[in-house]
Amino acid sequence: MKLVGKQTWIYENEVYLQAVATAVGPMETEGPLGEQFDVTYPDLYCGEDTWELAERRLMKDAVQVCLTKAKLEINDVDFFLAGDLLNQNVTANYIARDLPVPFLCMFGACSTSMETLAVAAALVDGGFARRVLTATSSHNATAERQFRYPTEFGGQKPKSATFTVTGAGAALVSREKSKFRITAATIGKVVDFGIHNPLDMGAAMAPAAASTIRQHFQDLKTSPEDYDLIVTGDLSGVGSPILRELLREEGYELADNHRDCGLMIYRTDQEVFAGGSGCACSAVVTYGHLLKEMEKGNLQKIFVVATGALLSPTMIWQNESIPAIAHGVVLEVVKGER
Amino acid sequence: MKLRDNYQEAVKIFQPKPSYFLNSLKAFFVGGLICVAGQVLQNLYIEIFTLHVSVAQQMVLGTFILLTTLLTGMGVYDKIGQFAGAGSMIPITGFANSLASAALEHRSEGVVLGIASNMFKVGGAVIVYGVVIAYILGVIHYLFWKLF
Repeated sequence: MKLVGKQTWIYENEVYLQAVATAVGPMETEGPLGEQFDVTYPDLYCGEDTWELAERRLMKDAVQVCLTKAKLEINDVDFFLAGDLLNQNVTANYIARDLPVPFLCMFGACSTSMETLAVAAALVDGGFARRVLTATSSHNATAERQFRYPTEFGGQKPKSATFTVTGAGAALVSREKSKFRITAATIGKVVDFGIHNPLDMGAAMAPAAASTIRQHFQDLKTSPEDYDLIVTGDLSGVGSPILRELLREEGYELADNHRDCGLMIYRTDQEVFAGGSGCACSAVVTYGHLLKEMEKGNLQKIFVVATGALLSPTMIWQNESIPAIAHGVVLEVVKGER
Repeated sequence: MKLRDNYQEAVKIFQPKPSYFLNSLKAFFVGGLICVAGQVLQNLYIEIFTLHVSVAQQMVLGTFILLTTLLTGMGVYDKIGQFAGAGSMIPITGFANSLASAALEHRSEGVVLGIASNMFKVGGAVIVYGVVIAYILGVIHYLFWKLF
């Protein structure tokens, strides 16, 4: 049985991250991890006419670079799993339109990066596919206009707001031995602790992250010390301390081995309020930065928990609260392959 | 009590407090500055073009709308808005920005279904309730005028 405990999958066959690629926009390029991304754009339009096309350009770049790195053609891929933040997942669907590959579209808001990776690994492990390509993207301007106000609107945002990352990440999962192995994944439950403020998504998502992480420890009978790093997607400066407190109450001390991608991608002097968010946040930080740290030998085993606020402006206007979800994937360095 | 038992209340200690005093101060000065500029401009229009006060006032509004639209297009007004809050939102400049920003945002969907249909997306509520309130006040004013 590959299901361990209640929500955790163990990949019994060896499943690897064969290649990864990232593409980002201007603010991310200027951030502390700027040099670690594969493709960077100096402006939000990324050479396109609209924000939506710009987001598509980012995902397309990530997919292409990922295939190039893996020395494969698109026809070598069995399935494509992707998702983004826009209505009807337009970025993923329109990218898939140009790819001659069966496609599963996924939506988990900002948790999509690890949702696609976990399912891809399960497909490969179960023998349903040899190679699965995953991709996620988000764009600051497309997200602003869909979830908030027009980009040039002069409203004041509170410090608890997050800043959607402009970027895309792609990963190729296969049985071909590489430096990184995907060993386990914990699929999250939708958790809603009644937060209504879409400008404070850290507080809305922290309980979902806590739920998934706690369940992961219980299912695998592990504890925070078993991981070199536990990384959350985009809890930001508000949600991160809440997560640590929620887990402390459950008897798990995250202490120094917890980081949040939303706090890693930007410098503190960049105007991003509480930190970065969006599908691309966990994807580009994990694929662009954390894997490089693992390659260098600084990290051996990490647990990446991508957090998603399942936010809909219409539901908020109808006085609903914000449900949230978090999915976690365990990545390990393969000994002797570094 | 555990954080999770009373989450919505207990979580407040983790949420950054808005600096009400500083924000009010910024709004007061920026809003005030816009009003002073309006008054100076009005006086100039009256002096230079020898306009009647009511005409000069309309000219000032027109000038401010034009300037705000330009600043919105140049990507400056949202930064002013983040700094000044209500200070730059309440004057006519805020309304002009809400229209211009929505128009800019939706130009990718064409001039009719994009710009025209979405232009009042943010500012529309101001017009609707402006008209409703004006109507109610008009009725009250009329009644008082008739009665007393």
